[in-house]
Amino acid sequence: MSAALAGTGGLVRLALRRDRILLPLWVLLIAVLPMTYASTFAGLYPSQAERAGYVAGTAGNPSIVALLGPIYGDSVGALAVQRSGMLLLIVALISLLTVIRHTRTEEEAGRRELLGATALGRHAGLTAALLLTYAADLLLGLLAAAGLVTVDLPVAGALAFGAALTVAGWVFASIGGLAAQLTTGAGSARGIGLAVLGLAFVLRLAGDAAEAGGGSGWLSWLSPLGWVERVRAFADERWWVLLPGLALTALAAAVAYPISARRDLGAGILPPRSGPAVAAPWLASPLALAWRLHRGLLLGWAVGATALGAILGSVADAAGRAVGDNPQLAEIMARLGGTAALSDAYLAGVMTIVGLAIAGYGVQAALRTRVEETAGRAEPVLAGAVGRTRWLAGHLLLAVAGPVVALAVGGVATGLTYGLATGDVSGQVPRLLGAALVQVPAVWVLTGLAVLLFGALPRAAGASWAALAGCFLLGQLGAVLELGQWALDLSPFTHIPRLPGGEVTVLPLLMLTVVAGVFAGAGVVAFRRRDVPVT
Amino acid sequence: MDTSIAVSGLVKNFGRVRALDGLDLTVRTGEVHGFLGPNGAGKSTAIRVLLGLLRADAGAARLLGGDPWRDAVALHRRLAYVPGDVTLWPNLSGGEVIDLLGRLRGGLDPARRAELLDAFELDPRKKGRAYSKGNRQKVGLVAALASDVELLILDEPTSGLDPLMEEVFQHWVRQAKREGRTVLLSSHILAEVEALCDRVTIIRNGQAVESGTLADLRHLQRTSVDVELAGPPGGLADLPGVHDVRVEGNRIRFDVDTPALDAALRHLTGIGVRSLTCQPPTLEQLFLRHYEGAGR
Repeated sequence: MSAALAGTGGLVRLALRRDRILLPLWVLLIAVLPMTYASTFAGLYPSQAERAGYVAGTAGNPSIVALLGPIYGDSVGALAVQRSGMLLLIVALISLLTVIRHTRTEEEAGRRELLGATALGRHAGLTAALLLTYAADLLLGLLAAAGLVTVDLPVAGALAFGAALTVAGWVFASIGGLAAQLTTGAGSARGIGLAVLGLAFVLRLAGDAAEAGGGSGWLSWLSPLGWVERVRAFADERWWVLLPGLALTALAAAVAYPISARRDLGAGILPPRSGPAVAAPWLASPLALAWRLHRGLLLGWAVGATALGAILGSVADAAGRAVGDNPQLAEIMARLGGTAALSDAYLAGVMTIVGLAIAGYGVQAALRTRVEETAGRAEPVLAGAVGRTRWLAGHLLLAVAGPVVALAVGGVATGLTYGLATGDVSGQVPRLLGAALVQVPAVWVLTGLAVLLFGALPRAAGASWAALAGCFLLGQLGAVLELGQWALDLSPFTHIPRLPGGEVTVLPLLMLTVVAGVFAGAGVVAFRRRDVPVT
Repeated sequence: MDTSIAVSGLVKNFGRVRALDGLDLTVRTGEVHGFLGPNGAGKSTAIRVLLGLLRADAGAARLLGGDPWRDAVALHRRLAYVPGDVTLWPNLSGGEVIDLLGRLRGGLDPARRAELLDAFELDPRKKGRAYSKGNRQKVGLVAALASDVELLILDEPTSGLDPLMEEVFQHWVRQAKREGRTVLLSSHILAEVEALCDRVTIIRNGQAVESGTLADLRHLQRTSVDVELAGPPGGLADLPGVHDVRVEGNRIRFDVDTPALDAALRHLTGIGVRSLTCQPPTLEQLFLRHYEGAGR
């Protein structure tokens, strides 16, 4: 075994060198959030009575529980833990992607082969990627726990939540390691890993929502994300619930190793399919090529948006009804416009989240241009009778239209499930389709920014992701941190009318569209003038 | 029009690095022109300027009578390009890439495509990610050679091909020349250059240091002579153009400038020749002289 692991240390150092900015960034960013939430809650609801009111009115609502996870008790710690529920998903996601990036992506790019010829053990690559990610997750958990302790929360609860974060990361690091052994392409390995993570999230969401609505939460027990939140940090910690997560971590790694040992370098378990010997007649233009390159992405995002919309829509009515059971709240609600108003407020919040997610699609699709350029695949196309604008327009069209399609199907799915629950399909589908499509201009602003960076500052094109993360953080933390309106106004999503239920104002939508158009247009002009490739 | 490519004084900077430093290059229509130089000499940069991908900072470049930057699209209909490192879309098959690239420059000849696939023994059904380096290169070559174009721009196209495939490649380049196409062939393989090229340009540090037919270039070089004489060499060392005379008894070795060869041989036959070997300068010597010191 020791020969199989030879060189692992060197690979870990190489990975650390390559991730020297990214890794500390996500570890720190995620680790400080629970502490921030805790101190905010302590300031907002200093007394237990106030916190109990928040739990009864908001935190215990099935829609909130579906999004964030269950609430255990009314202590500051419990509130902070629930608010941090999304972090479990994010840690799992990053861990999954990190392992695949350091295993299959390296192998597909051929860099693994270069190293494989040195004194490197058969298991060194996988081990190094797993060790790196496990260590990062552990550090993240410890830092998050330390942060919670510094805001005067009990040590046991802080450690329990830190452990939940760590184990969530570990499980999906191992699953990433396993997925990386199955396919020959890093893209399909990521697809498999993301499908597993998506399933885990949906199971947890459905189980938690059912439990909060008074039903059985057994579905959550099928999901690793459900396990880790059932550690019940700050509410009589149940440490043993960490065991299934640890077992799955070990199991997935234990399955991955023999596959990694038996298969050839570059090969997978699932056989690569062969393609057509002759191209279809339509594959004859830059737009057709762009469609071919983007269609998998579009399909994935459309399916994801549909699933997300359907689930979030299906719990929206339960959100209203849970309030209806409480006579005092129901009376307040009735004065505010009935329980439907609460459902609408919830759905409007949901649509902002869907909009942000789809903006990720817009940025990803726009940056396909940069991927094509740096991989050397733009050059042969541009050496054909294809002008710069025509090449870019093919990708741009899909980056502009794709998110609209994804938002539309997401909105329709939300409307269908919410309409089925309330018996008003014909009314809700158009309402929620509208609520989804109203996000389009904000999504386009980020897409346009990505195109602008690609054209004018190609080496900095990745900063579009930072802009998206900034919008996400402004939306999540802006109000909590009491930032000024000018700061919130930086995010295009701040200017989107809150639908359903809110008023539609056309001017901001028009302005955002104009901004997006100017960004994209400037990007095209800059791209026409610059050298290709800029690497 | 008898020149396909006319480049003069071309300058291209990348930040502080000067990749092209006043490059001159003339490719006549219908010839196979070798473009040689050590790694980093600026060959690929020059080719990318000719393709309108990079914008030159100074100098003039004409390609097929047009401006490579301004008229890029129209010119690209008349040429085909194979980069030194062909990268393929991982999820497109080789056949799809060949057809796509062909159609993007205005169509390719299906009969010739089939012939080329057969000659290069390329399986067009494989997905891009499954090809080896050599096979990716074949995809690029088939796409270019199957196109009905006036000019082929090949940037180290045979890197990764085995000797058998090298033969196939040479056959098809000769075929292209017979059909009247012009070829700009950037290469490191001297045998390939010797076999195919009518004229060559040697580039170093972004400048052309030599240009002409191989015979011209050889002419500038020295011939090595190894001779056994009947008597002492006399005044051989004093003849013009004779260098590095080494005497071991009756055996004498020396180098002589090719124009002075005749006079030197007359001198030797006057003494009496018992055996004689003359070696023309090898291409390796020719190139090494230009390559050396390029990495300063």
